[in-house]
Amino acid sequence: MTKIQENFEATKKINTTELTAKDFKTPLDVRWCAGCGDYSVLAQLQKLFPTLGIPKENFAVVSGIGCSSRFPYYVDVYGFHTMHGRALPVASGMKIANPDLSVWVITGDGDGMAIGGNHFIHAIRRNMDIKILLLNNEIYSMTKGQYSPTSPQGLKTKSSPFGVVDYPFNPVALSLGSGSTFVARTSYSNPKHLSYVLKRAAEHKGIAFVEIYSNCVIFTDGIFDQWTDKNYMDENAIFIEDNQPLIFGKNKDKGIIIENFAPKVVDLNDPNVNREDLIVHNEKNQAIAQMIGSMSYDDDLPRPFGIFLNIEKPSYDFLINKQIGDIVEKYGTGNIDELLKGSESWEIK
Amino acid sequence: MEKKVIIAHDVTVRFAGDSGDGMQITGTLFSKNSGSIGTDVNTFPDYPSEIRPPIGTLYGVSAYQVHFGSKKMNTMGDKIDVLFAMNAASLKVNIPNLKDGAIIIVNADGFGTKNLNLAKYEQNPLTDGSLKGYEVHAINIPELMKEELSNLSLQVNQIDRTKNFFALGLAFWLFNQPLEHTIDWLKGKFGKKVEIFESNVRALKRGYRFGEESEGFSYRFEIPTAQMQKGFYRNITGNEASALGLVAASKKAQLPLYLGSYPITPATEILHHLSGYKQYGVKILQAEDEIAGIASAIGAAYAGNLAVTTTSGPGLSLKVESLGLAVIMELPLVIVDVQRAGPSTGMPTKPEQGDLLMAMFGRHGEAPIPIIAAQSAVDCFYASYEASKIALKYMTPVIVLSDGYLAQGTEPWKVPTLDELPEIHFNLAKDANTYQPYKRDPETLSREWSIPGMIGFEHQIGGLEKENVTGIVTQDPKNHQLMVELRAKKVEGIVKDVPDVMIEGEQEGDILILGWGSSYGAIKNTFDKLTNMGHKLSFVHLRWLNPLPANLGEILSKFKRIFIPEMNLGQLKWIIQAKFLRETIGYYKVQGKPFTAIEIEDELLKLLNEKV
Repeated sequence: MTKIQENFEATKKINTTELTAKDFKTPLDVRWCAGCGDYSVLAQLQKLFPTLGIPKENFAVVSGIGCSSRFPYYVDVYGFHTMHGRALPVASGMKIANPDLSVWVITGDGDGMAIGGNHFIHAIRRNMDIKILLLNNEIYSMTKGQYSPTSPQGLKTKSSPFGVVDYPFNPVALSLGSGSTFVARTSYSNPKHLSYVLKRAAEHKGIAFVEIYSNCVIFTDGIFDQWTDKNYMDENAIFIEDNQPLIFGKNKDKGIIIENFAPKVVDLNDPNVNREDLIVHNEKNQAIAQMIGSMSYDDDLPRPFGIFLNIEKPSYDFLINKQIGDIVEKYGTGNIDELLKGSESWEIK
Repeated sequence: MEKKVIIAHDVTVRFAGDSGDGMQITGTLFSKNSGSIGTDVNTFPDYPSEIRPPIGTLYGVSAYQVHFGSKKMNTMGDKIDVLFAMNAASLKVNIPNLKDGAIIIVNADGFGTKNLNLAKYEQNPLTDGSLKGYEVHAINIPELMKEELSNLSLQVNQIDRTKNFFALGLAFWLFNQPLEHTIDWLKGKFGKKVEIFESNVRALKRGYRFGEESEGFSYRFEIPTAQMQKGFYRNITGNEASALGLVAASKKAQLPLYLGSYPITPATEILHHLSGYKQYGVKILQAEDEIAGIASAIGAAYAGNLAVTTTSGPGLSLKVESLGLAVIMELPLVIVDVQRAGPSTGMPTKPEQGDLLMAMFGRHGEAPIPIIAAQSAVDCFYASYEASKIALKYMTPVIVLSDGYLAQGTEPWKVPTLDELPEIHFNLAKDANTYQPYKRDPETLSREWSIPGMIGFEHQIGGLEKENVTGIVTQDPKNHQLMVELRAKKVEGIVKDVPDVMIEGEQEGDILILGWGSSYGAIKNTFDKLTNMGHKLSFVHLRWLNPLPANLGEILSKFKRIFIPEMNLGQLKWIIQAKFLRETIGYYKVQGKPFTAIEIEDELLKLLNEKV
């Protein structure tokens, strides 16, 4: 047992009091702009944490740089506000060092998709048992309004006064393409859905990627309205559920079928449409996840929300610690004096 | 045939050939054998950065130099006494480093028209008289081996591949060394591949017998054993020593060791070695890049591991932002920089001391980091151990400077036990009721380490400036100055744990040689030689470069001239002049090669002959 483990044991006591969201709030004032979408995510996470059955001291919230990356200061657990783009490697080191921790990375579209893009794909590739919440506002807000890797083409920002020329990333597709075992999209505007998705992410063992639309009231106010405002969302957004056909619309009268290997919207009132042809979502099916994920950024298709994929495979932190355990079990704990001496030493008498 | 025996005390042998000729293994086995029979050994492998460059070319030459003898061998050896050259190219590139009258043993089969053309020889040096000043033995090794192995069903190229063991056998004969250790090694390596084992053993013995039987060799050498302290010894490279120093520190501290690293020459072997220490609980992340390597190590340090990242110059450049985070977070972290010739990709396999000022100042903002430089391959063990100890005691990142010469060179190491190594302490948070993230130990100024999983110590910190004691984010102007000063004072205070340096030679006087890092061996050799000749000289070698030893200023004031040889353009000189307002004399070598003792000697003699 290491010194640290001894200390853990020594400080362990039975915590009989039920924790509530309040216990996960720090005394600091939250300094986001009034109306910022990030408040909603913070509130849902603070509500979620006490329900997970995880000791408070085992939570760690890690972030990079940006508006959403101020998150750790507001959650009363172990919080680490790191460098721009580097939250994931820092979190990976923490999780490998102590696999008992529940590690949450809060990032944004700049932090996670631009400067941290390399870490994003590799943390996912390794299936680190970390939850990534990407608070996407499609803009760099903290640096006062430059376009980000998720800004739509044509968006006028301080660094694109004549409109963005770049093509945007689809974070869901990037996550799926990197081999994620859990991929979801939700929105600040729908607390019920947000809360459900966060809970499912928390329950997932392995990397869990959640893209959360978060409205920036200053620089991109209303940018998500067509999918998040209750006046428009029914016609423009689709909420996918496991084992359920893809149906949307205010009157639940539209569906998605596959035609020529591509998704297509059909009118369910049309007598020629067979409901059995509708795509049925399956969280375990990667091909379906890829297909539904690709529906983003296509004006002819509704924007999908929900859990795209949820599959199991062992995480890096589990495997690396298991490898150590297996080797120690097979060969015993190494004798350091023997290691120093090596196999080809000689003695001078 | 009775052969004459010549007693020699100091010999440099170089095995040179094509990259695929197995020269590295030949040199390694020769140095191990020399060490195990009680001579002192210092080695250096010298190979191209390409893995298998085109056969027979000048840039494809791979060599391994072994300096051994009956006294302390501080360097890889300046000039070569005995050269084994497997082809024309390997002869050509090594001629400039030969001693007058050196023995050259060549594989004559490597001097055909094609090889001569590739080596850009217009005439065959073996026959044109250009090697007149040397004792040349030309042996057609493949031809001898073809005969020797005729009853084994081997392909021509398999026979050809035994030529390095023939050379090794001949070297063993020439220096009167036993074959058993090497045969045992071959058994362990190829025991199951009977034909390969058998052919290499026969080659080894054939080489030995060749020396014995050939009339060309009229004498052999006898090297008296060195005076060495009693104990267990092994040959070790600087990189393996670094890896062992880190794992020993983790065992002493009873903390798991974590390495976050990205492969980079010449530091990669540290990653290789640590990856093999699973039985010792070492956790590894071979990261996606240099930044992720150090960032993950910072995460592991935050979570209570002894965390390490290993790199070389270009990698250290990428880690600079993270160093700032480690400084402001005040987390224990060891950064091993195995320096190579830069800038940019530079000469990746060649050593240089070009990163001292980057280690010292390569940060944004005021971000002091302690620096320790290893002075020999063996010292890489003690330097990385000491760095771990200081990092944990003071809650600070510490940079260990090694270089390509130390990393890959070997020397015998009198192996310590864990009990003999200094204790390692860290300041783990104890009382959750009074815990504050930036409350400091009054003596060390170290903050307490509280680790996720510890009940009641939850706190939120990061790269933003924080209030003294509480750790709460603030941009208060005076607080920032206070925190900057506290961090600086903490690092300056490490001087209490930095041993005073000792002056070798005269305690005051004219010339003080001030060195650091891997040039220790060359300087020490020169110093010993010149003082034995009666010159008055003094020598101080620095291991700690930040903070500098407390008594250094006083020492410098006792000498008229300070002579600083460095494998850069005067980086220590810059620090010393800035810190102590002293004129110093720099001597620079930036050729991707370590100093030779002769170079430093010539420079010192010039100074000694100048009237001051």
